[in-house]
Amino acid sequence: MESLSNKRKVLEVKPLNFLERAYLPAIAGGLITTMKHFFRKPVTISYPEEKREFSENFRGMHSLKRDEDGKERCTACGLCALSCPAEAITMTAAERQKGEEHLYREEKYAAVYEINMLRCIFCGLCEEACPKEAIYLDGDIVPADYLRKDFIYGKDKLVEAPLNQ
Amino acid sequence: MGLVDIAFKFGLILIIFLISLVVAMYSTYAERKIAAFFQDRIGPNRAGPFGLLQPLADGAKMFLKEEIIPTNATPFLFIVGPSLTILTACIGSAVIPWGQQITIGGHIVDLQVTDINVGVLYIFGVVSLGVYGVMIGGWASNNKYSLLGAIRAASQNISYEISMGLSIIALLMLTGTLSLREIAEQQHGWNWNILRQPLGFLIFIVCAFAETNRTPFDLPECETELVGGYHTEYSSMKLGFYLFAEYINMFISSAVMATLYWGGYNYPGMDWMLAHTGPTIAPIIGVVVLFAKTFLFIFFFMWVRWTIPRFRYDQLMDLGWKILIPLAIANIVLTGIVSATLTHFGY
Repeated sequence: MESLSNKRKVLEVKPLNFLERAYLPAIAGGLITTMKHFFRKPVTISYPEEKREFSENFRGMHSLKRDEDGKERCTACGLCALSCPAEAITMTAAERQKGEEHLYREEKYAAVYEINMLRCIFCGLCEEACPKEAIYLDGDIVPADYLRKDFIYGKDKLVEAPLNQ
Repeated sequence: MGLVDIAFKFGLILIIFLISLVVAMYSTYAERKIAAFFQDRIGPNRAGPFGLLQPLADGAKMFLKEEIIPTNATPFLFIVGPSLTILTACIGSAVIPWGQQITIGGHIVDLQVTDINVGVLYIFGVVSLGVYGVMIGGWASNNKYSLLGAIRAASQNISYEISMGLSIIALLMLTGTLSLREIAEQQHGWNWNILRQPLGFLIFIVCAFAETNRTPFDLPECETELVGGYHTEYSSMKLGFYLFAEYINMFISSAVMATLYWGGYNYPGMDWMLAHTGPTIAPIIGVVVLFAKTFLFIFFFMWVRWTIPRFRYDQLMDLGWKILIPLAIANIVLTGIVSATLTHFGY
């Protein structure tokens, strides 16, 4: 049958001619190819000293954002935890007291906010679910550790650094 | 022979021994670095600047590893194997002329440990002894992979020694001597043997790859089929000796190839250099030239290793027995006819 794509190429098996059987031209060709690579720039990098740039839509470690006045945006609504397919997020809500207005933007905030980094699949659904633009997966790669309990990240690791620092 | 001469000789032996060890050491580094460049990588760069201390780190690691002798191995032969390999690798350098006679403070010194009149035969003897180390080690390990590797090494080396010897015969027909010193002297200036024996050199270099167990002929230690080949059971510095011997062999066979075919320490314009720099500096330049040629060959060994895949065993035997040996014999006949014709017409 005639192929529609016109890409089919019929190959014939021909006996090798003398030059092909002598190997040497083919070996010389191979040597030239490897020599070209010899002078090429390496594609690898010295990792811990040099790091590659992440792509724009890379999803790394989470960070809990602050607003322009340095107040925490999260209101502990729990939508991120509900949207999380891996059930990695948990939180405890608390009410803002008098005198804490400079810390939390709204009357309710997350007293405890924990993400289990071993469960997290970095899908970014929490980011999409958040109505307050409080969580983004814009960090680095989650570092290695020794114990499972050390992969449960609390607010100390997740919240952005205060603005005035 | 005066006491001073003996001292010079002793010093020369020591220097050559050290040089071949250091060259072998840094060949391991060069191999890793060159492999990296061929594969678009960076290569070892952690130990020291550019990773230059890497061989020392490797050596320290080898020395500190646990020494294991398998229960069912033959302990004595298990130790003899690597020792013999490194011994034969080191003694090969004794007949190589490293340079012209050099004058140091009124003393004329040969830059060669010994100029025996059967130097080429000595090299061949040492090379064929080298296979015993591999064979004994592989057999004494009492491991089927080691044994298979040893058998492969033995049959491969024996097969390729024949065509190597035959390719040398054609060269000897032209030089008329077995002494490496005289062969080197005959190639004064541009008069290199490669111009008269290109086919012989081609056969020789293929056989040299096979004799040193380098890719594409590294079947005795091919890890895809035989785990580690003849050194499967070896650990610690005994393994180090086997790996080290391979690099020393590479260095020596590169030096032999440079001496036999590529003019040794000769280079164009050497007479001018001798007249202008005196009898102390000029031979040293010759030594540098010989080492440059040797290093180029070592580089070529590595270049080929990272280019060509390994032969299949039957292909290896086919190449050795059905192609190289007839080719070497044809080369002898051709050399005889051409040189007889040229002599007849008075060249």
